[in-house]
Amino acid sequence: MTKIELLSGNDAVVKAAITAGCKFYGGYPITPSSEIAEGMAKELPQVNGKFIQMEDEIAGIGASIGASLTGAKAMTATSGPGFSLKQEHIGYAIMGEIPLVIVNVMRGGPSTGMPTYPAQSDVMQARWGTHGDHELIVLTPCSVQEIFKLTIEAFNLSEKYRVPVILLTDEIIAHMREKVEIEARSEYKIIDRAKPTVEPENYNPFDTKHGMVPPLAPYGEGYRFHITGLTHDHTGFPTSNPDLVEKLQERLRDKILDNKKYFNWYEERMVDDADIVVVAYGATARSAMRAIKDARLNNIKAGLYRPITMWPFGYENIKKIAKTAKMILVVEMNLGQVKGEVERAVAGTKCKVKFLGKANGELITPAEIGTKIMEVMNV
Amino acid sequence: MTTIKDLANKGNLFTQGHRACAGCGGTVILRLLMAAAGKDTVVVGATGCMEVVSTIYPYTAWNVPFLHNAFENSAATASGVESAYRALLKRKKTDKKINFIAFGGDGGTYDIGIQSLSGAMERGHNLLYVCYDNGAYMNTGIQRSSATPMGSSTTTSPAGSVVKGKMQNRKDLTEIMVAHNLKYAAQASLSNWSDFVSKVEKALAVDGPTFINVLSPCPLGWGYDTSLSIELSRLAVETHFWPVYEYEDGKYKINIKPKQVKPLEDFLFKQARFKHLKNEPELVEEIKKSVEEKWNCLLQKESSCK
Repeated sequence: MTKIELLSGNDAVVKAAITAGCKFYGGYPITPSSEIAEGMAKELPQVNGKFIQMEDEIAGIGASIGASLTGAKAMTATSGPGFSLKQEHIGYAIMGEIPLVIVNVMRGGPSTGMPTYPAQSDVMQARWGTHGDHELIVLTPCSVQEIFKLTIEAFNLSEKYRVPVILLTDEIIAHMREKVEIEARSEYKIIDRAKPTVEPENYNPFDTKHGMVPPLAPYGEGYRFHITGLTHDHTGFPTSNPDLVEKLQERLRDKILDNKKYFNWYEERMVDDADIVVVAYGATARSAMRAIKDARLNNIKAGLYRPITMWPFGYENIKKIAKTAKMILVVEMNLGQVKGEVERAVAGTKCKVKFLGKANGELITPAEIGTKIMEVMNV
Repeated sequence: MTTIKDLANKGNLFTQGHRACAGCGGTVILRLLMAAAGKDTVVVGATGCMEVVSTIYPYTAWNVPFLHNAFENSAATASGVESAYRALLKRKKTDKKINFIAFGGDGGTYDIGIQSLSGAMERGHNLLYVCYDNGAYMNTGIQRSSATPMGSSTTTSPAGSVVKGKMQNRKDLTEIMVAHNLKYAAQASLSNWSDFVSKVEKALAVDGPTFINVLSPCPLGWGYDTSLSIELSRLAVETHFWPVYEYEDGKYKINIKPKQVKPLEDFLFKQARFKHLKNEPELVEEIKKSVEEKWNCLLQKESSCK
């Protein structure tokens, strides 16, 4: 039976995480994400899960990684400065192939920036914040309902591909309250990580005999194995053998990119006949939806492309749009991050890329986008 | 000894223009701290209530140079400022005596900032670190910290039918600082303001790192009427909950020994964060036991150092 609730985006993360089967939260307070920690502190004990408030941001993700290795679905949430502090551990989870969900409620930066104001300036940090070559998955919801849905998907993808998944929200959709339809748990597709089918003595944590994502044994079930942030072979033990290292690096990349088609999520509105397509995500996409409708009333054929999976980036989706649209207008609450990726995607086509960005803590309004559309279309 | 008149004559170095809540203990701590320190002082503040309320554009409450870095590193940043100053002294670019004060709340000191604090103390920078300990992350909405007292209900240690608030004892940061072999470390309470002021003066006179931990009543986080901040500070001292003592040149001294020790309940049950404990006599006994153990331990340390 569908339940209808009035929830904030941060509340929705909590409800969805519990629905997804999250059993551990390693937390640290930071505006504007603290309500997620507070909600998990209340909810997890009621489902025999564990909430621990840690001594800092680094410890928060560290504990979540430890918990995940015991087989528990684990998460943490943070914002700007906290996300910076967590970067080393995000790299560790990528290297150790440890399922983990990280929510980053974007606020103004750099540094302390604007703790209580929205921004979308961590898109590149989510992709490249931790050092080294790597792939990971980043999702950008634009409504409270979608936060609920994508929180569950974040756990699913994380468990399926043994990779940290980042849910990138912003202060607006995190604190905004909206109607959310919630189904019974059985109505949702919930993915649990694959466990080994071999006996403990034959188990290797990075054995790719049966696929690019090896099964992960939970600590405590008799499987004795080694996890490290060092480059390693299939046994988990460190190696600097160039052939083995290359194999590892390529597999960590390919297990995500080769499966991208399964989570290449995006939304298109009125794109087919559009002369101008607005590219926007998160809270900004909400303004863009209104702006393209208003533009149509003014006889401008405008459309919207909204990336839901931000990383890996949907270059091919944009390239397709660039074949028919004359212009793409990227709108984001930063000084130009997704803009650069769109430019890469349209390279070689005749489609022009224009930009409307703002990093002053204010939401970009439909009127501002509308004015920009008129300006770039020379109306 | 400093009198109220002396303090008044020093002028306000932490002044109006802040937006702290009515009854906030932290701002009173900073005002007394600055009155005792004087104008030749550089202050480095960690992210937290006091940083936020004292520096809201277009105002500042600071009549001295003030530097805010991040949440975890006020002691590290102060270390840099102090080292640069020593370099200037060495090159005879200045001969002025300047005080360096770093401060943070309990979140920025006991938890995320303890690494940079410990580093600064071990390296021996000539700076005073002051912690205003209000026992939780008040700025982000009253989440528990490692300074939160046992039994306290916070938004991340909510009291419910099974768990009765925070189940761990608080970290004893002052003793951790003593373990850094400081020449001076102390605990103070706003109820004994002249004791606090003289502690700041003593600490700043020391050549080397010093530390003062001050209990900072918070009407919002503790849940009490804004008129009761000083009374709660006093009750914390009179119930042995917050011993006012100092560690100076290897010797302990308990500065305030209440003649009549009040029952801990007098302190606890004036605050909403402990109200659920009224039905938990066993837990209250456990808290009392740990408070008394700490007190007796301090008494022992005091007498063994004599």
